Amino acid sequence: MKIRVSYSKLGKIRFTGHRDVAHMWERTMRKAGIAVAMSVGFTPRPKMSFGLALPTGAESLIELIDITLDPNSGMTVDDLDSIADQLSASLPVGMSVTGIRECAGTEVSLQEGVVATTWVMLVAEPDDGPDIESAIERVNNSAEVLLMRERKGEKHLDNIRPGILELRSADAELMSSLPADWIGESVGHAVVAVLTTSGRGIRPTELVEVLVPESDPPINPWDHLNRVLRINQWIERDGERVDVLTGRPAHTSVSA
Amino acid sequence: MTSLWSRLEPLLPRVRKPARYIGCEDGAIVPQHGHGKVAWLLAYPDVYEVGLPNQGLQILYEILNERPDAVAERTYAPWVDLEALMRERGIPLFSVDSHRAADEFDILAFNLSSELVFTNLLNMVDLAGVPVRAELRSPTDPIVMIGGHAAFNPEPMADFIDVAVLGEGEEVIGEITEVVREWKASGRTEGSRLAVLKALAQIPGVYVPSLYGVEYDGDRIREIKPLYAGVPERVMKRTVSDLGDWDYPRNPLAPLTEVVHDRLAVEVFRGCTRGCRFCQAGMITRPVRERPAEQVRSMIVDGLKRTGYNEVSLTSLSTADFSGIESVITSIVPDPTACGAPTVSLPSLRVDAFTVGLAAKVAGGRRSGLTFAPEAGTWRLRTVINKLITEEDLYGAVESAFASGWSRAKLYFLTGLPTETDIDTQGIIDLAAGCVAVGKRHTGRANVTVSIGGFVPKSHTPFQWFGQNSVPELRRKIGLVRDAATKTKGVNVKWHDPSASLAEGLASRGDRRIGAVIERVWRDGGVFQEWSEYFKLDRWLDAMAAEGLSPDYYITRHRDENEILPWHHLSAGLHQDFLWQDWRASLNEFGLEDCRWTPCYDCGVCTGDGLEHIVASPIPPAGGSQGTGQDLSRGGITPVTLRSKSSVGAP
Repeated sequence: MKIRVSYSKLGKIRFTGHRDVAHMWERTMRKAGIAVAMSVGFTPRPKMSFGLALPTGAESLIELIDITLDPNSGMTVDDLDSIADQLSASLPVGMSVTGIRECAGTEVSLQEGVVATTWVMLVAEPDDGPDIESAIERVNNSAEVLLMRERKGEKHLDNIRPGILELRSADAELMSSLPADWIGESVGHAVVAVLTTSGRGIRPTELVEVLVPESDPPINPWDHLNRVLRINQWIERDGERVDVLTGRPAHTSVSA
Repeated sequence: MTSLWSRLEPLLPRVRKPARYIGCEDGAIVPQHGHGKVAWLLAYPDVYEVGLPNQGLQILYEILNERPDAVAERTYAPWVDLEALMRERGIPLFSVDSHRAADEFDILAFNLSSELVFTNLLNMVDLAGVPVRAELRSPTDPIVMIGGHAAFNPEPMADFIDVAVLGEGEEVIGEITEVVREWKASGRTEGSRLAVLKALAQIPGVYVPSLYGVEYDGDRIREIKPLYAGVPERVMKRTVSDLGDWDYPRNPLAPLTEVVHDRLAVEVFRGCTRGCRFCQAGMITRPVRERPAEQVRSMIVDGLKRTGYNEVSLTSLSTADFSGIESVITSIVPDPTACGAPTVSLPSLRVDAFTVGLAAKVAGGRRSGLTFAPEAGTWRLRTVINKLITEEDLYGAVESAFASGWSRAKLYFLTGLPTETDIDTQGIIDLAAGCVAVGKRHTGRANVTVSIGGFVPKSHTPFQWFGQNSVPELRRKIGLVRDAATKTKGVNVKWHDPSASLAEGLASRGDRRIGAVIERVWRDGGVFQEWSEYFKLDRWLDAMAAEGLSPDYYITRHRDENEILPWHHLSAGLHQDFLWQDWRASLNEFGLEDCRWTPCYDCGVCTGDGLEHIVASPIPPAGGSQGTGQDLSRGGITPVTLRSKSSVGAP
């Protein structure tokens, strides 16, 4: 049986990287005593595939992993709840399972299937220049938003506007749906953004660069991005964005 | 208590590898500070990736936190990027467990595994907001303590530390806790610092440098003596008599980010009596104390279950000598082809076919490369250093390695050893070429990597009297090996620039006057000295010159029998007579067998401390073990002399 698991990554553990998380999952499966199918070959590897990398420093309510269980383990869909409990108990502090389902062998992989992700970002208001609210309005009203990005050591001026699928200030309802202690002592303007992941995707830090005034030397986006939380990952079905885990369409809920 | 986390948090996205600073490991405790409890901050003065796996620190962390009167947290050296931000914003050194400021702890205890981290210790004490010089500390400042192998000559650090602990910490930390607890209860009043240091000095194994005076006669030390009545004249190291009583760490730390040695470690024995004369670890950790095989097995099983690791390293100074090695390996590697079975790594392989057989058993399908350490290029020089491996041993080991499917071997050598001539240095490549020839009989891909390190003499060893080779001489010898290797097919050479060996030599055998040099190097920005990108030889030479101290006196000069060495008043249990005789035997090319299976040489450790070797097997392990059963009569015929200074350094 192959399972698709979503999990949260919150708090101090957000400072671990994507590779770190991969190693944590390998240890977690062994700690939980859940046998994973192994690849064949000279150095067998556990059959686990990870979703899109979460930038180091960002938090998430919905990270994804596909795991093929050892066929000899005799696990069935009836065991999903207990698997989720075992995994949550074995994951490090700050990570726990938020959803689980069987994953058909025919489903497109997480890396290929996910087309967009939704972020809540706490952006510090700039000391001078336009505030974040008006910056959001400016981006929404522009057909073109240019950003200097590096590719293979060369600088390119990219129009990132098409990749910004939605951009607005977060409302109170959304904020109250988020984990109570998420923000901690951090402050800033809460921004919601749906950003493309196809092609050269857009990172939350890149969005911050267009929301705060330019400066020389260039800003470090992390000086302005106090917190960033991924709250949804979307795949496309019949021309509509649907939640990668539940299959629910975008308009029914923004938080998982 | 105040957590510094909220001030630290905004800085972490801006530094490299921020996971170094978050704690949260599997096995980490939630610290329970409380009134009257002695708070220890266990510090490793290198980056997190290097420090986290340290077993000594993990063991003490757990033992202290089990005590009702103590609490322990951990800290590591912040990398230069975070340090700059911390200093800019006035954030002090913090613990990774609860991000508490270092100066809120009662004891700042550093684990020193090498001398090149000395400047990092100064930096961390300074970052903690504690005066770097011990004499300036007040009763509200923590007690700065060191332990670990590099604490056996603490004299260069005498100005900066309050206490050095010699030997193993399992028992002594409890006794220290009790003394410090009383000090806390008394209110740590003005002037009480001297009193608590005097009380600590009464604990066996605890050395308080400020309670001793050193008198000099020109360059030489005339006398080292206690300044107060009741302070012991000699401080003896601590030794745990039975490792089976200390099955720690029970809750090993499994980090959330990559570290060196990222696997479970289980210590199978402590101490080593092979008697390699260059090896400080072997000399200062005697006698041999094996862990019961059954306990090794249960620590492996529990540790793997708790951490989720699927790899275990069986650690010791020579793991193939563990008498339970075969039964342990057989029981934990039931079927090496089975998926999910733990892999076993055996560091510090012995050079013989038996060991290769073990390595083949645990390697499963992996055949990446096997490492052996002959240490010297000729049998003559190997008798000098007492690494009694014959060419037949080495070729036999390599033969069985290549026959078992390996195609790569790595050989470790030291250069700059006592009595070493260019014939010995050339012998390194001859040995490597011999190994390639053996390998070619099995695979055309056979190749051998030679790794050379410059030898730095250490305190409490028979080579403590030997004048270290100069940096140019070490470079010249490494050059000889490199040149010879270019003409030898299948042999590659790896080496480190030997300039750091000067600083290491200085700190290893220095006296209290070296403290000023260490402080100058630190103030000049010389931190992370074991990282080649941060090491500058000139910084050390300039500091020596500024203090009017001679590198030759401290580093390249041979010492004589009557000289009072800086660690004269500190003992690892070894009789000075034994060390001197072993040094003379070395110069006479006379090898000593492993005393586990031969009569006692009376080195002093067992008799002096009422201890015995704890070895389960009454017979030596199979294979060409350290001289046992070998003809050692070849040495001792022509006494050799040390090469004179004039030939050292000649091109």
